[in-house]
Amino acid sequence: MSEEYTEPKKKVKLFDRIFKPQVITIANGHTAVRPRSRLPFILIVLAIVIAWALYMTEFSLATVFSRVNELFYILSRIFRPKWSFFGKVISPLIDTIKMSIMGTFIGCALALPFAVLASSNIVHNRVVISVVRFILALIRTVPTLIIALVCALIFSLGTFAGTIAIAIFTFGVVAKMLYESIETIDMGPFEAMEALGADKFRAFWSACIPQILPVYLSHCLYCFEMNVRASAILGYVGAGGLGITINERIGWRDYNGLGMVLLALFVVVFAIEFLSEYLRKKLS
Amino acid sequence: MSDNKKSINKIGKADAVLNAADDKLTVAGMYAMQPHKWILYLGIVLVIAVLIGWSASDMSFSGMTATGTEVAKGVLHGVFHPDTKLLFGTSDSDVPYLLMQTIAIAVLGTLFGAILAIPFAFLASTTIMPKPVAFVFRAIILLIRTIPSLVWALMWIRVTGPGAFCGVVTQSVCSIGMISKMYITAIEDLDTKILESLDAMGCTPFQKIRYGVLPQLTASFISTTIYRFDINLKDATTLGIVGAGGIGASLMQCLNSRRWAMVGSFIWGLMVLVLIIEFASTKIRKKLARG
Repeated sequence: MSEEYTEPKKKVKLFDRIFKPQVITIANGHTAVRPRSRLPFILIVLAIVIAWALYMTEFSLATVFSRVNELFYILSRIFRPKWSFFGKVISPLIDTIKMSIMGTFIGCALALPFAVLASSNIVHNRVVISVVRFILALIRTVPTLIIALVCALIFSLGTFAGTIAIAIFTFGVVAKMLYESIETIDMGPFEAMEALGADKFRAFWSACIPQILPVYLSHCLYCFEMNVRASAILGYVGAGGLGITINERIGWRDYNGLGMVLLALFVVVFAIEFLSEYLRKKLS
Repeated sequence: MSDNKKSINKIGKADAVLNAADDKLTVAGMYAMQPHKWILYLGIVLVIAVLIGWSASDMSFSGMTATGTEVAKGVLHGVFHPDTKLLFGTSDSDVPYLLMQTIAIAVLGTLFGAILAIPFAFLASTTIMPKPVAFVFRAIILLIRTIPSLVWALMWIRVTGPGAFCGVVTQSVCSIGMISKMYITAIEDLDTKILESLDAMGCTPFQKIRYGVLPQLTASFISTTIYRFDINLKDATTLGIVGAGGIGASLMQCLNSRRWAMVGSFIWGLMVLVLIIEFASTKIRKKLARG
């Protein structure tokens, strides 16, 4: 080890070129460099952004404080739900659950082949992967409510439009989560089976599917959880389910009724989340 | 315990098979050792099939509306022929201004939400607070999360009146739920040994927080906040539907009045914005995670 240790050459960042790093001389004569903190710079940028955003949104804290009692009036009514309204909640609630089951199923079923097409360890064609991924990303950018609104315009108002909207949303989300997990699976068994003379499909079926399946089911359950929440408000744009009832109650300022709707939704969401979390723990 | 029992059972079974095969591994013997899970699989498939059958029973496809095909064609036409004047205009009803307003709503909503979530998170973490107090705050957080954001917006509109201001307040409240949930996990994962060693060095409480707690929390707090900003931005695009500012209101009006070229330009603006923000947020969060 006679050679003197030389520091590996690092690329100097633009920031460090403008604001030269501080050079500290230690007692024994060696020098150390400490790059300047980025914090002041970040804080200045953040302050400008916040000031601009406050100006854009005409935010005023005074209004919030002076009129917040309006909100508490509504909240206090919500916490005293009108129990007699329960009978009218059941039917849309079941519609909402049916919509989310059906939508999740269609979306998840469609997502599996596309996720396989988008994972780089199975498909080696860069063009196919990028095209599929780009399409998935585009689908995820359009908000569910807008999809639901378009669906409601195309297929008349009702649960069918909601189901299609949920299916499209689920497709985008599950396919993305799935291809990310497929890329982390162990390809050893697949190669071993190919070496034994299995064709690609057989090898994929016996070596990869058993690894993918639990993850896939877990993603589907997670998405189902989200969909029950999301489908509750789809009715707002006419896509069936609880949203119609919520919209109606707020329109008539019947906040006790709204409280009942929200309570029913809360119980269902809680139960489904509990069940799905239990199942997902079993799967992993 | 049950896992242990199972594995003992399995070993017992394997022994039996091996003995039967005179201590030789045979294909048939190995197959006999395969766990019999088909009953479980059949059960799962049956349950799923019944659930789907039940939910499909009510799903009546009533065909498209009379104008259905026209709408579908219109949306597609709009997406491929967007109104470029609207897309690049500078007045306050054009796409760039509305997008900026949407970003502003998400920035402020996330920021206020993240700040409001800090006390909630500390009060609801079982490692710091006594159990009953933590439980009460967890219940409050759960309640905030249950009310959908659109309903929050409709309630806040009575306070603030319609506009971007309402969107900011709504998102500030809605964000508390998820952000504090993730903060709590970060707080409960704190490495307390560092605090003990700082204690041993004779540090004051303030120094303990400055050098023991903050460095452990900031990275994950910032990462959570950026993640929530991503979500809030997507949410802010739909809040406009109930009149809480942003691009949603104009998009919905155009859809309902069937001005497809305008719909197309709004959708383009939205897609580009969300893609850029998603890309940037993933990049920053990856950097934070690696340190």
